[in-house]
Amino acid sequence: MRSRFLMLAGLLALGLFGAAAQAAEEVNLYSARKEELIKPLLERFTKETGIEVNLVTGKADALLQRLQSEGRNTPADLLLTTDAGRLHRAREAGVLQPITSTVLENAIPASYRDPDGYWYGLSLRARPIMYVKGKVDPAELSTYEALADPKWKGRICIRSSSNIYNQSLVASMIASNGVKTTESWARDFVANFAQPPRGGDRDQISAAAAGRCDIAIANTYYLAMMLNGSDATQREAAEKVGVFWPNQADRGTHVNVSGAGVTAASRNKANAIKLLEFMSKAESQRWYAETNHEYPVLEGVAWSDTLEDWGQFMADAVNMGRLGELNAEALMLMDRAGWK
Amino acid sequence: MNPNPVASPQPVTRPRRLALPDAWGVGVVATALLLSLPVLVVFSFIFYPAGDVWRHLAETVLADYVVNSLLLMVGVAIGTLTMGISTAWLTSMCEFPGRRFFEWALLLPMAVPAYIIAYTYTGMLGFEGPIQDALREAFGWGYGDYWFPEIRSLGGAIAMLSLVLYPYVYLLARAGFLEQSVCVLEVSRTLGLGPWASFFRVALPLARPAIITGLSLALMETLADYGTVQYFGVSTFTTGIFRTWFGLGDSAAAAQLSALLMGFVFLLIVLERWSRRRARFHHTSNRYLQLPRHRLSGTRLALALLACLLPLLLGFVVPAGQLAVWAWQTAGTMVDADFIALTWNSLMLASLAALIAVGLALLMGYGKRLRPTPLMVASVRVAAMGYAVPGTVIAVGVMLPFAWTDNAIDAWMRAQFGISTGLILSGTLVALLFAYTVRFLAVSIQTVEAGLGKIRPTMDDAARSLGMPPRQVLRKIHMPIMRGTLLTAILLVFVDVLKELPATLILRPFNFNTLAVRTFELASDERLADASTAALAIVVAGIVPVIILSRSISRSRPGHEHAA
Repeated sequence: MRSRFLMLAGLLALGLFGAAAQAAEEVNLYSARKEELIKPLLERFTKETGIEVNLVTGKADALLQRLQSEGRNTPADLLLTTDAGRLHRAREAGVLQPITSTVLENAIPASYRDPDGYWYGLSLRARPIMYVKGKVDPAELSTYEALADPKWKGRICIRSSSNIYNQSLVASMIASNGVKTTESWARDFVANFAQPPRGGDRDQISAAAAGRCDIAIANTYYLAMMLNGSDATQREAAEKVGVFWPNQADRGTHVNVSGAGVTAASRNKANAIKLLEFMSKAESQRWYAETNHEYPVLEGVAWSDTLEDWGQFMADAVNMGRLGELNAEALMLMDRAGWK
Repeated sequence: MNPNPVASPQPVTRPRRLALPDAWGVGVVATALLLSLPVLVVFSFIFYPAGDVWRHLAETVLADYVVNSLLLMVGVAIGTLTMGISTAWLTSMCEFPGRRFFEWALLLPMAVPAYIIAYTYTGMLGFEGPIQDALREAFGWGYGDYWFPEIRSLGGAIAMLSLVLYPYVYLLARAGFLEQSVCVLEVSRTLGLGPWASFFRVALPLARPAIITGLSLALMETLADYGTVQYFGVSTFTTGIFRTWFGLGDSAAAAQLSALLMGFVFLLIVLERWSRRRARFHHTSNRYLQLPRHRLSGTRLALALLACLLPLLLGFVVPAGQLAVWAWQTAGTMVDADFIALTWNSLMLASLAALIAVGLALLMGYGKRLRPTPLMVASVRVAAMGYAVPGTVIAVGVMLPFAWTDNAIDAWMRAQFGISTGLILSGTLVALLFAYTVRFLAVSIQTVEAGLGKIRPTMDDAARSLGMPPRQVLRKIHMPIMRGTLLTAILLVFVDVLKELPATLILRPFNFNTLAVRTFELASDERLADASTAALAIVVAGIVPVIILSRSISRSRPGHEHAA
């Protein structure tokens, strides 16, 4: 019994010191980006500047909840998410602060950052239409809206409406076409599904390659990862599909950003801004493009070969914050349309 | 004298003349309150209006959540009972080659987290997987030309969960069968009941409390599961809670959904208690002999072997084998210094949480034994509710009061002394361990209560009349008698914490990862092969305690040969 109490007391003490230890040169990061996809960059930052980076990774919603409940005493200086909707939600919740930085403003185009500087996009991912070569002639494809046509019945694979990327896609359609039009589109679109939504983006691509459906909607970096991964089956599957950029004649293909904002309670604000600026530098942007096959937000950074193969495209210019505003609306609409 | 878990309905109590120290009562109620805090915090959201969202849910998806959750529970109940009881009966009452091996091997699926078994089977059996691919190649089929069971479906989810949860039923049913005095069984046989009839009419009813305990653990775990149902695209209460909370940004409606889910669980518990009303289950006698096992041969032997092999193969050998193959391909890149740290973190957290949970379970179980007032009974029940609540919900329920307290202390210190204390406990391991305790207390309480219930109250009376204070009775008499039970409880919690993901993800401190976190990060990026090394490490770390557990159960029966 006694030893157990001692152990607890020791833990308590550890906890105390762990929380209270605030070294001079550090920056604390809550990241929805997985450790593997951020840590190498952070290590490089520490090497260059001598500033230590402490990291907690997790799901964006949970990190946001944690940030909110910790309030003004939160140790976090920076919140990093993999979609704009959550960044917008963080701003709405009052846990971010606006910052100004000429470096960031020069590097990042206006539609990929918050108009008031609450958050900044750092990399782009597109959600185009992927089609099975030989089964679908790209000339048949035009827009997301056109996928509601009955000719696609039983030919479309897409994941669940619980997924944030689909929520953002539908939000972008609401922003462009309004709720009513989008809802009737969603009903027809869902009627064309080859199977009830299940699994992730890679699963949709694999299903299409295996003949389950002719069209999959997925994020670009998943396809690029499959093409460049070590798994032969996935590579073969990915080679069977082509990328089609929808809506090039109107608003452009739906894109989303991963980005970050400085917390309202930040105690290492200067270091947090340094880290943000570091991530927008050409060298870091190239790392994103090479390692995770994301599109850099910075003009003039070389793309990976895979991205080059798919060619240039026009991206939907709706401000990312708008997608966050419409997120709940989009999810309810998908519920009504029977999108599982 | 036998320390193993069998649910006890109510300890036998007699009016005692001894005045009991109130410290126990206060201690139990206070602990229960503290541990119910997260659940109560989540419940407190009920009073927020969430009218529009509820109307929306009711019109669209709510029926789905209810129906799927119910079907999932019924399916898992059937699956775990069938596999758990049949294997428990065979290994404890029959003699066949390999019996001793199966005794412990049947527990192995426990070490495999449900979401991991779901990933591996999908990789193998999915439409894009090697098996269906080979079929299509061989016969020149395309999609729609042939029928193949769809793994990512409600049926698939039932199968996955049943395979990893049946050990709960097996473990407790087996203890329940071993418990039974051979006399009862002999009497039933002399009265002309055949082996089947004596099983259904004598053994099964006697083991019922134990089986129900195992089943309720399995069902609570099923209700709280998120990883599997989400991956399979089955909309249940749990996935609904997440969508509502995060997708719709409505924490009130999400909390109300959670409350509905808990109501469900509560109803189950009440129903079961009511159905057992006045039944008493005590030792049927003190005579233990070497159990006369039925020797099996011929068709029966083949069937028995099949019944034991299938759950073991499907629940452990196949998924672990698949993981091993993947790990073999990727281990070179995945095992590094970090990996050692991850493993250490996982083991440390799991051990600490297990000790805390079992310590508290002892306190509460014994307190309830001393004074079985309705308040005490209710306290223990409420404290054990956390097991049926999804980890994320518990985590948020832990986060809010911790942060609130920290911030209140900080504000007060600033006002009084101009010192900022910052966050004292939020974001530390203390918060994380607290969450584990809340989540897994049910497992330890059920086990400990069962063990205590089997110790005759006359023992306490004798010790007390010799002048021992209650604390000493617990330490010097009960704990030694219950060694096996306590070990079982510790190991169950240990394995559960090892597998735990959602609460760990949300509450952990900076730069702190566990094996489960690593597995999830890679798997959710759809990199199953890379995730396999960490997943395999969880399984291996879980196997060791499972084997120890099994040995302790085998030894628990007087007259049972010491072997495992």
